[in-house]
Amino acid sequence: MKLEYIVAIVVVLFAAQFFYGVSINPDSEFGGADGAAGDIIGEISPGYEPWFEGIGFEPPGGETESLLFALQAAFGAVVIGYTIGYYKGKSSK
Amino acid sequence: MHIFEGFLPSPWWQIWFVVSIPVILFGMYQLNKLVNERREVVPLLAVAGAFIFVLSSLKLPSVTGSSSHPTGTGLAAILFGPAITAVLGVIVLIYQTLFLAHGGLTTLGANTVSMGIIGPLVAFLFYKAASKAGVNFYLNVFLATAIADWVTYVVTSVQLALAFPHPEGGVLVSLAGFAGIFATTQVPLAILEGALTALIMKYVVQIKSDVLVDLKILTPEAVAKLKEGMK
Repeated sequence: MKLEYIVAIVVVLFAAQFFYGVSINPDSEFGGADGAAGDIIGEISPGYEPWFEGIGFEPPGGETESLLFALQAAFGAVVIGYTIGYYKGKSSK
Repeated sequence: MHIFEGFLPSPWWQIWFVVSIPVILFGMYQLNKLVNERREVVPLLAVAGAFIFVLSSLKLPSVTGSSSHPTGTGLAAILFGPAITAVLGVIVLIYQTLFLAHGGLTTLGANTVSMGIIGPLVAFLFYKAASKAGVNFYLNVFLATAIADWVTYVVTSVQLALAFPHPEGGVLVSLAGFAGIFATTQVPLAILEGALTALIMKYVVQIKSDVLVDLKILTPEAVAKLKEGMK
């Protein structure tokens, strides 16, 4: 179980760095780093316009976007849990 | 955080496609061969792919006041090598592009190079080297994946800096700007990713250590020692 404890400590430290981040950036909404990079592009090349709009589905808002991200995570988690559980059950017989 | 759709001008978006396509094709060839020759690796392949799905969907806040997401590619890179990881990475990138408007089709080549190829290549090489040097297995997995996660975003910064050199200071000034966002934001996330990957690797050792020996990731003696430590 030792590794589990270490990982738990890392997760707690991660939460701590976030709360520290909130306290030193009180006005930040913690937007995406990609958006911040987009701002830099705006400074370096004022007037740069994305030349392609994309053909995929664009979520109409934050709610739908979070749904799709959650589905992505849930799908992955089910596969991991099922596979590890299956072999764990098999090996304990 | 991938490069937005339409945010790489010519010739850069084409260049990154030219770099990534041969690796993807080689990865598909390797993947096909692996699955045909060793059916028993399929569940591990599924876990490695699913791990990328989960980790790259988690947008995590960083101390810098920005959010980014881990890559999840280190596990696949250590298990199957960078080319197969590139194929898994492309699947995730295409999903995020088509359904989430995250990343982009025109920037798919560039994002594949950073997340699917260079990051995993670094993880793979680091793991092999540290393994030879006798570094503890889980510490090795932690370091290899944390460094790979971080390098992924350094590559993203380089790609943006090359495409958008500063009018006076040139590429290096731009690089300082982009890396100032991506590389710093990523540090806590990279550490978390390394820890989570080491943990899932422990479960892989528990359930499928024979495959790890088959894939030459661990020697039978190393597996025996790790299992001894679990008791």
